[in-house]
Amino acid sequence: MARLATISTVPAPMAVASSVDSIPAPHSRRGLTRIALVGNPNSGKSSLFNQLTGLNQKVGNFPGVTVDRKTGISQLTPQHRAEIIDLPGTYSLYPKSLDEKVIADLLYDRDSAQYPDFVVVTVDASNLRRNLLLFTQLADLGLPAVLALNMMDVAEQHGVHIDIAELQQELGVPVIPMNARKGIGVAALKIVMAQHLDAPTVRFYAPDAALLPMLRQIRERFDLHNDYLALHYAHQFRHISFLTPDQRQYVQGLVEKYGFEPTARQAQETIARYARINEILLNAVSVTRTERNEPYSNKLDKVLTHRVWGYMIFFGVLFMMFQAVFAWASYPMDLIDQGIALINSLIQTNFNGPLINLLTEGVIAGLGGVLIFIPQIALLFAFIAVLEETGYMARVTFMMDRIMRKFGLNGKSVVPLISGVACAVPAIMSARTIENWKDRIITIFVTPLMSCSARIPVYTVLTALVVPDEKVLGFFNLQGVVLMGLYLLGFLSAMFSALALKLLLKTQERSYFIMEFPVYRWPRWKNVGITIVEKVKTFVFQAGKVIVAISVILWVLASYGPGEALEQAEQRARATAAQQQLSSEQTDNRVASEKLENSYAGLFGRTLEPAIRPLGFDWKIGIALITSFAAREVFVGTISTIYSVGQDADMRTVQQKLAAEKDENGQPFFTPARAFSLLVFYVFAMQCMSTLAVVYRETKGWKWPLMQLVYMTGLAYVSSLVVYQLFK
Amino acid sequence: MAIRSTTAAPTTQRSVKDLRLGESGTICCLQDPEMALKLLEMGCIPGTQVRLNSRAPLGCPITLVLGDEDYTLSLRVSEAATILLKK
Ligand SMILES: Nc1nc2c(ncn2[C@@H]2O[C@H](COP(=O)(O)OP(=O)(O)OP(=O)(O)O)[C@@H](O)[C@H]2O)c(=O)[nH]1
Ligand SMILES: [Mg+2]
Repeated sequence: MARLATISTVPAPMAVASSVDSIPAPHSRRGLTRIALVGNPNSGKSSLFNQLTGLNQKVGNFPGVTVDRKTGISQLTPQHRAEIIDLPGTYSLYPKSLDEKVIADLLYDRDSAQYPDFVVVTVDASNLRRNLLLFTQLADLGLPAVLALNMMDVAEQHGVHIDIAELQQELGVPVIPMNARKGIGVAALKIVMAQHLDAPTVRFYAPDAALLPMLRQIRERFDLHNDYLALHYAHQFRHISFLTPDQRQYVQGLVEKYGFEPTARQAQETIARYARINEILLNAVSVTRTERNEPYSNKLDKVLTHRVWGYMIFFGVLFMMFQAVFAWASYPMDLIDQGIALINSLIQTNFNGPLINLLTEGVIAGLGGVLIFIPQIALLFAFIAVLEETGYMARVTFMMDRIMRKFGLNGKSVVPLISGVACAVPAIMSARTIENWKDRIITIFVTPLMSCSARIPVYTVLTALVVPDEKVLGFFNLQGVVLMGLYLLGFLSAMFSALALKLLLKTQERSYFIMEFPVYRWPRWKNVGITIVEKVKTFVFQAGKVIVAISVILWVLASYGPGEALEQAEQRARATAAQQQLSSEQTDNRVASEKLENSYAGLFGRTLEPAIRPLGFDWKIGIALITSFAAREVFVGTISTIYSVGQDADMRTVQQKLAAEKDENGQPFFTPARAFSLLVFYVFAMQCMSTLAVVYRETKGWKWPLMQLVYMTGLAYVSSLVVYQLFK
Repeated sequence: MAIRSTTAAPTTQRSVKDLRLGESGTICCLQDPEMALKLLEMGCIPGTQVRLNSRAPLGCPITLVLGDEDYTLSLRVSEAATILLKK
């Protein structure tokens, strides 16, 4: 193979290829320099992004944490502000999965408004060889670049010594050693980033001379500044999003005419680049190994991925998580609950009127119904953050791959499934790292069956209603066990739905599982803390917005009715009350119930009632089911609004209100059969607009979200029916 | 330099799959052209040393340590079978 060297030393074969490269980079349109962070997965891009911008982009110790791009502003020097773009990680410019494609899309189109002025390439200094592959490709595209030599602390531990000056000389770009986790070296990086950077002059690989005629034609047609970029067009014209069908056809014609063999060429390129990188490393890096270098990670793995202990520890961790969420969290929850009830009764004793009712029964009770779950949600997110930050998540993927494959999933599906316990929306996005289309679609399809945190309120309220608060076996809380059972039900339904889809879907594409295995790290507690605060904040604000909106709508619908319906209902109620000689308070209650039943809301509920009566539900639950389709969190607020009508004012908590509800025979309405039927309905039903929206976006069409809606809701209906008919 | 062979290898040639736990070998070539692209990117270059580091509890996937203790890679046994060893 031809020895490749830098232009400065060997101008002959490559000067042709690169002479036109030094076209100045397009200057940014808004006066702000635009800088993209590019690098291998898990090399610390998001950590660096957070250091530069002060934002809190999610960081985690496994490849594929960031799956979409995110921008922020950094004050590089007192005079110089820049826009920073955090990107998903990629191993090369030839994308193998959707998250990697984001980078190619950004860097191929020089005319796009998003095109960066230069890139900061983050590399893991403890593993330079593989990390430099991407750098050499970026340099060959002619992008001005800075090399952020990250994880210097790890490299040092591993006995890797890097001659920075030599490396800088060989690579032809500024090299800044740093530790993005601690913020070391960020100041130096900012200074370099604030300076004007020219396109790099060193080239690492030149396309074979035989390809030049084809590349020339591509360059001409698309007005490209560089042969290597043209080569990428030849490789990837099918996937480049901004090409028109005409343009694709043109490239395809050329590719066929010249007999271009993409697979072989790409393999040759990678091998040639590694050969070149080995030469560079020979001069710039020396390794002294005192003892074997990752003993602690390896030793931990001997236990944590052990044949027997591995699974036991994993289930132990999950069990701890549920105990924490359902037993330990109950103390702060009680406090919040009492606080809300206190506020409500204060308002009610001091003010009066229909709007006050809307405020207390609808908005405050509804918000309270969400606020009370903050401790549980915080604990859940804390656990998941620790799993992700330590690197344990990657081990779970590894241990579960074989099992997951049997069900048509992939080891990598574990990440969406576990984070789906928190919220399905980011979970579904994280499925982008799954290369195989079928594995990914199945993962997306079944993830919403995992019980998300929005179901916690429904589960908790209903379980508390019908399951006694006792200990079983002297230790486990019975309610906790039932809750765990509901989660298990969700998980099992996800797995078996996946199995069914595996048999239905056909694909030629192969599934693979080639993944970098990160070393264990201590979680950064500050990060975990920030994650919790952020997640809880979004949960409360998003849920809060929906709850206020739904409460208001519901209040209006419950207070007005078609035509004279409400007045007639009131007259009827008064007449029967007089007949039965009820007290004035009882009469008022009677009137209110009768009016609600004849309001618009009651009308909706009663229209639905025939369909849900076999499940044990009445028109009041029907209303809650309808509003829950906006988001499940609304359930508590809705039933609080509906069930407070016509009840004594001292029924403060939602649970008391539900317990006091009577059926036509004067027995408690919420029998175990009814409550379990409702619980099962919430386990399976697709009741979340945001999830449908994100599935639409991720699968680029309505087919999958609609199928999900129909399938999950159908499953919910049938299961509830079975439960109620068996147990009533 | 040996790059890779797309033809079926003689049955006698060992692959990474046949390594014993802790045993090392040197990559000779990659058998499956499509998978080879991903493996090459991840550093499984002909001539690189690999050591079988661990197996998942159910025997698959496995982890390899690549090069001069560069880093750990996990992959399935079927994928490891496409990485042939020298000699
Ligand atoms: N020891 C050490 N750890 C670091 C350093 N920089 C980042 N990390 C850790 O490396 C892990 C990965 O960091 P991220 O910032 O999420 O990496 P990323 O490149 O954004 O990863 P993806 O989004 O998956 O591509 C986290 O656990 C960080 O805490 C560093 O300089 N030294
Ligand atoms: Mg990231």
